[in-house]
Amino acid sequence: MPTINDILVLLPEFYLVAAACLLLLMDAFIKPEQRGTLHWCSIVVLLVAIYLVIAGQPDVTVTAFGNMFIRDPASEIIKVFVLLCTVLVFIFSRPYLIDRKRFVGEFYTLMIFAVIGVMLMVSAGNLVMIYLGLEMLTLSSYALVALNRDSPLSSEAAIKYFVLGALTSGMLLYGMSMVYGAAGTLDLAQLHEAIAQGTVSRLMVFGLIFMLVGIAFELGAAPFHMWIPDVYQGASTPVTTFIASVSKLAAFGLAWRLLDTGLAGLSNYWQPMLAVISVLSMGIGNLVALVQTNIKRMLAYSTIAHMGFLLMGITNATPGGYASAMFYAICYALMSTVAFGVVLAMARAGFECEEISDLKGLNERSPWFAGMMAISMFSLAGVPPLFGFYAKYLVLQAAINAGYLWLAICGIVMAIIGLWYYLHVIKVMYFDQPEEGGATVSASDSSLRVVLSLNGLALLALGVYWGPLLGWCRRSLGLS
Amino acid sequence: MITLAHFIVLGAILFCIAVAGLFINRKNVIVLLMSIELLLLAVNINFVAFSRFGHDVAGQVFVFFILTVAAAESAIGLAILVLLFRNRSTVNVAEIDSMKG
Repeated sequence: MPTINDILVLLPEFYLVAAACLLLLMDAFIKPEQRGTLHWCSIVVLLVAIYLVIAGQPDVTVTAFGNMFIRDPASEIIKVFVLLCTVLVFIFSRPYLIDRKRFVGEFYTLMIFAVIGVMLMVSAGNLVMIYLGLEMLTLSSYALVALNRDSPLSSEAAIKYFVLGALTSGMLLYGMSMVYGAAGTLDLAQLHEAIAQGTVSRLMVFGLIFMLVGIAFELGAAPFHMWIPDVYQGASTPVTTFIASVSKLAAFGLAWRLLDTGLAGLSNYWQPMLAVISVLSMGIGNLVALVQTNIKRMLAYSTIAHMGFLLMGITNATPGGYASAMFYAICYALMSTVAFGVVLAMARAGFECEEISDLKGLNERSPWFAGMMAISMFSLAGVPPLFGFYAKYLVLQAAINAGYLWLAICGIVMAIIGLWYYLHVIKVMYFDQPEEGGATVSASDSSLRVVLSLNGLALLALGVYWGPLLGWCRRSLGLS
Repeated sequence: MITLAHFIVLGAILFCIAVAGLFINRKNVIVLLMSIELLLLAVNINFVAFSRFGHDVAGQVFVFFILTVAAAESAIGLAILVLLFRNRSTVNVAEIDSMKG
């Protein structure tokens, strides 16, 4: 029987469900011109959720509802950053949505429901919970991508995302059914136990392959990356920002839950598979990004490449490796919010910042935000002393420690190739002449300006003071 | 005598038909939605068979969740399909190709 203690363990999730329902009601009752209230209420709701997650953080692992839900320090970190990135997305999107007359309540509630899905998924103790959390995230994301109702591109992106997403969730389920058949349990802890006692059958490895397809799709790692560029380009930029930051953190959570909590005993099988996926993603992502002219598409291929780096950390299959991958996921989420934040800040009524050439001469018009974009690009490229450099260093180290020297060498070569297209954006911003009516940050929304600046400066600060964040990640995974 | 293997093979055949339907079909998005349903039903057969032969009821509970989510999924899929048809006046898979590269 569920007790009051079970409910207390899930307090942040219960609170967020209730708050999301209230926001939905509120949206139905307020007048359209008062929608700013909804915006600020949503942000407050998420900030309170961050507080509840941190304040209720247990020192040890706590389970609830018969091991369905696990609350441990590592899942708490992912939740905190998922909530934080959603706050950033809300703040960055408001001027964009108002300019396009798409400042609607669904945007906020769908995102909060997606976040609840992520929170349930990263805390799942059972394959059923993983599946339900994942579906809650992806179903909300399909609707978010299609939110731009009158755009043919956006509905095309939504149908592609939907079909491929449904296919891979089917694959993930098929894998789960095979693993269930081999181990006779859906519980991750019991699965771990069963594998440790030596019941590794061919059926289970067969299931594992299908589950890896699901994980790779969620991450957007090659060769399951086909949806990423189209969805990034077709979805409206606020939704793209959300998918680039929040769902990548969620995908790391999914990979870590399934592979570490459940299938750690099969690491001999999944390590080489992930290494291959990793090198393919880095290669395809970085090489195809070189020829892109659309900035959202370029950032999409850059995501694919970054997910290859993230997988390097997971390939290590030790707590140290997961800590480096978690650090990388957080780092990537914060870098991508800056990059998309500048793109959002430059877009205004009647002008979309879609092409890289739209950034021409940004430095002359808005030097401060050109600087933010430059910080983000250098950080994505992994130039010291920025945040992205140290994260890359950690995953490369993790790959070498796991005995994948060739993978680390491929990673370094690909990072150097990747420099070219990031530097191209900087060249366009600083050395090209601005065009009439072109690049400028005209948004007068002060919350956007302040928070975007803070987010950009955080990349600088965390590049130097990475210690506390890395320490937090390592402690949460049981390292000193 | 029908054994576990029969059910697993049936599930695998249905799964392959569904995946083939997704990849070979170049005509109609509605067929894609049908294939997705078939994919999930193939998984359900697996779960029920393993649950029945493994004497563990959890797999059958999972099937109820999958059925529910599949209903929600096809509702969203059909909604997106309607949107697509309104914007582009076609549901032909081969014509949905405006983004490339």
